[in-house]
Amino acid sequence: MTTISIRNVWKEYDERVVLERINLEIESRAFVALVGPSGCGKTTFLRMLLSEESPTRGEILIDGKPIAGEPTAERGVVFQRYSVFPHLTVLGNVLLALEFEKGGCFARLFGTARRKAIEEARAMLDCVGLGGNEKKYPAQLSGGMQQRLALAQTLIRKPKVLLLDEPFGALDPGIRGDIHALMRRLWNEEELTVVMVTHDLSEAFGLATRVIAFERPRLDPVDGDRYGAVIKDDIEVWPRRIAGQPSPHRDETKSITAPGRDDPAQDQGQARDDLALPA
Amino acid sequence: MRAINRQPRSGVRLLLGALPFVLVAILYLTGSALRLADNPQDKLLPALSTFAATIDRMAFTPDGRTGEILWWVDTAASLARLVVALAISTLISLVIGVAIGLLPHVKALLGSFVGVVSMVPPLAILPILFIVLGLGEPSKITLIIIGLAPVMIRDLALRTEELPRQQLIKAQTLGASTFGIVQRVVLPQILPRLLDSLRLSLGPAWLFLIAAEAIASESGLGYRIFLVRRYLAMDVILPYVAWITLLAFLMDFGLQKLQNRLFPWFAAARAA
Ligand SMILES: Nc1ncnc2c1ncn2[C@@H]1O[C@H](COP(=O)(O)OP(=O)(O)OP(=O)(O)O)[C@@H](O)[C@H]1O
Ligand SMILES: [Mg+2]
Repeated sequence: MTTISIRNVWKEYDERVVLERINLEIESRAFVALVGPSGCGKTTFLRMLLSEESPTRGEILIDGKPIAGEPTAERGVVFQRYSVFPHLTVLGNVLLALEFEKGGCFARLFGTARRKAIEEARAMLDCVGLGGNEKKYPAQLSGGMQQRLALAQTLIRKPKVLLLDEPFGALDPGIRGDIHALMRRLWNEEELTVVMVTHDLSEAFGLATRVIAFERPRLDPVDGDRYGAVIKDDIEVWPRRIAGQPSPHRDETKSITAPGRDDPAQDQGQARDDLALPA
Repeated sequence: MRAINRQPRSGVRLLLGALPFVLVAILYLTGSALRLADNPQDKLLPALSTFAATIDRMAFTPDGRTGEILWWVDTAASLARLVVALAISTLISLVIGVAIGLLPHVKALLGSFVGVVSMVPPLAILPILFIVLGLGEPSKITLIIIGLAPVMIRDLALRTEELPRQQLIKAQTLGASTFGIVQRVVLPQILPRLLDSLRLSLGPAWLFLIAAEAIASESGLGYRIFLVRRYLAMDVILPYVAWITLLAFLMDFGLQKLQNRLFPWFAAARAA
């Protein structure tokens, strides 16, 4: 059970207001998609949820407690790029998460503890469809596989909150369909509250339980920097998706059980069908 | 076809690579032959036979006075100084460079200091080193370290700062401590870049070594070159220069191979 409360958050850089009056209650196990025009402050918002940046005003609470002042293991993250470590193999990347957790001050595991961790890491890699690629380095993986690896590495630490910044933005549509199916499955199976930034509305409506749109309302050409973006729309996706229960959306349940590499395009079209959004 | 798209075939490639070397050799040999025909006593451009005799005398015959083979004594003395200085510079720059690149407090403390120190011309303070440390080994090694370390520190600090911010954030969300991040994320990625830095430092390292040996020494490659200069002994100087060049080239080559060997992921990651 992990709720996130954003209370009257403002973010300013020098004289420039990026976000203002952001109020948001995110319930446990929600999947929130964050959309909005480029430069409106989506990444900035996510960085505040990560504690990489702190709000100029207002506060952010997780389960009613103010978030720590620096990134912690309760909030996992996957970025669009640079989310995995290029000097470690696929297995090494996932293992590293466990070594940071249990490896003490040298962040290394030995003997039985290491064998157990390797087993756990392999299971996680199988779960995201990377079984058999353990020995490869990230540079030898396709973009989609790298993002799967980033998800595996993050999720093995069992974060309460998963933050995603355009994680699938650089992938081509076919691959994206596959990884959407994976994302749905992970959200259903793990105890996760997800906040995902995306540019793709069909992705937002195809995955999320709730879509939040940021926009900078007052476009003042002279003094455009005085007003930040606010929440313009807050749309509950209907029919409701509920974590851990079969999806009411056609075809999605199928892709939960059988993520097929060959028929991803269907999935995409499906998502686009049921997006009843005010353009 | 545009010049930028025209690739030489592999045979042509080899030939082109050899061409400058062959040209220099031909120029030397004709110049040498012309001068020697003019004056058999000429010392400026010795004939190949003279080189062979000199190399045999220097590198394979014990010196009449000391019983040592000068070539190898000089090489060992120079390499010892160079290796010790390079090792110390590497260690210093690794520790301080990573600390500056990663820790805001250390950066605030040392950033501008290192920036200023790296602008001090090392050769200008060589007299100070001789006065303070005497004429022995420490002053020569210190000169090389002063010449290399500040530049290497700045390089490694920059490389550390260049690591994508996302990686450091990601490591923190996996629960890593600062020390954990240094060991498992930063150092493994900085070490191959350290080898790059070291390769680029080889040139200045030899420069400072030879300068120090030229001024005060009893052995060493630089010492020998400057000693025989008085007798216009080009037959010694040129082989020594070639030997130094070969040594430097081999060190560079070795470091490059070492990088590929130890960090197989690096070439691909750098290209990405
Ligand atoms: N560190 C910073 N210093 C100053 N201004 C910043 C900083 N970070 C972001 N900004 C500004 O804040 C605004 C929002 O940036 P942000 O990266 O959050 O946008 P975004 O919604 O993620 O855009 P995109 O969709 O293109 O990724 C931008 O105008 C940017 O110039
Ligand atoms: Mg962004």
